[in-house]
Amino acid sequence: MECLVGMQCNDFVMVAADMTAARSILVKKSDHKKYLKLSDKLLMAVTGESGDTNQFSEYVAKNIMLYKMRNGYELSPAAAASFTRRNLAGYLRSRTPYHVNLLVAGYDDESGKPELYYMDYLASMAKLPYASHGYGGSFTTSILDRHFRPDMTRAQAYALMIECVKEVQKRLIINLPNFSVTVIDKEGIVDMEPITQAVIANQATA
Amino acid sequence: MSGYDRAITMFSPDGHLFQVEYAQEAVKKGSTAVGVRGNNVVVLGVEKKAVAKLQEDRTVRKICQLDDHVLMAFAGLTADARVLIKQARVECQSHKLTVEDPVTLEYITRYVASLKQRYTQSNGRRPFGISCLITGFDNDKTPRLYQTDPSGTYHEWKANAIGRNAKTVREFLEKNYTPENVATEEQTVKLAIKALLEVVQSGGKNLEVAIMREDSKLSMLEVSEIEKVVAVVEKEKEEEAATKKKESKSESK
Repeated sequence: MECLVGMQCNDFVMVAADMTAARSILVKKSDHKKYLKLSDKLLMAVTGESGDTNQFSEYVAKNIMLYKMRNGYELSPAAAASFTRRNLAGYLRSRTPYHVNLLVAGYDDESGKPELYYMDYLASMAKLPYASHGYGGSFTTSILDRHFRPDMTRAQAYALMIECVKEVQKRLIINLPNFSVTVIDKEGIVDMEPITQAVIANQATA
Repeated sequence: MSGYDRAITMFSPDGHLFQVEYAQEAVKKGSTAVGVRGNNVVVLGVEKKAVAKLQEDRTVRKICQLDDHVLMAFAGLTADARVLIKQARVECQSHKLTVEDPVTLEYITRYVASLKQRYTQSNGRRPFGISCLITGFDNDKTPRLYQTDPSGTYHEWKANAIGRNAKTVREFLEKNYTPENVATEEQTVKLAIKALLEVVQSGGKNLEVAIMREDSKLSMLEVSEIEKVVAVVEKEKEEEAATKKKESKSESK
């Protein structure tokens, strides 16, 4: 029902998340942010069991802050992703596992490269050029397989994201009208314009 | 006295907890730290103890960040401080996790002070041998400065000093702290450095100064910047001494 899409290009990572918060047949919110800023250049987009999502992402965010306070520098995206995965794995075989699917995106200042990590509720992790979660993810993977190029500009990546969203909206039985889009590059985290019906209509006429 | 200073949990007949008082003596052996609360900045200055020739001096850190908006300097046993800082840092994040708000300065000071008090009342443990100056900005952008001591008490101050020769520095601050004197960042820094120079051998190399502004940006002054302020302060001192000499000469005539 929920959908996350991420793509890592040469000098930025772009992550899109749907903005629908629903319970059974009721749509509670259609402007719900499903991502959390872990630090200046780290972002985590989360879907899954309602409640687990907030709890887990906030816990990881505060621990990453604590690391920064203790050691004077921030965790790299790879280290933060490892930490997150290790936490998930630890809770997996306890009485209270977290049922969350994540995309961790960040910019590593040391290597000068953006990074994207796919993680799921079974604590598997993969560093990927593009990734997605949810039923909608099955459709977007095909689109990205065909059209993704690592040397895209932000505008081109945004346009490709719109194509992904259009495909999800065409083929998925659940209606996901809005998608938030965030970009991380060496300057930090920037929220781009959410992909809404209006944006899609504009792009069709442009 | 000899019977009652062994166990921390025992009062002496005249109502003293000697172990706590001895801890306060340990604090007086530590290098001086001064804190000044300005209008829109807070400044912490510490005396850098001379390091041995082969020692890397950047591993001696007496000013520590507890959170984005909280700064702490201490005087006394460094190892004890490490333990307190570790727990305070965790508490800062824990607070944010549970109530979604950053700690207020009073809350985190109370937390540190409670920790210290607990160690004055348990068996088999000795008190922490440090006094802390905890400073920073609350959520409403008010600057704050608190001091804690080994007994676990804490008070808010406009300006204070701890460690070696703290009394001299505090007396200087009492004479020279006015709201006008700390109206700008530059003046507050100058007052803090001037206060420290009362008891520290002159030289920017012996001082470490940290400034936190109301947007919670922390900056540690470079040695060159400190030396600049030191030069200004010394010039002023010389000029003051010169005018005093002239006045006394003209009087004696």
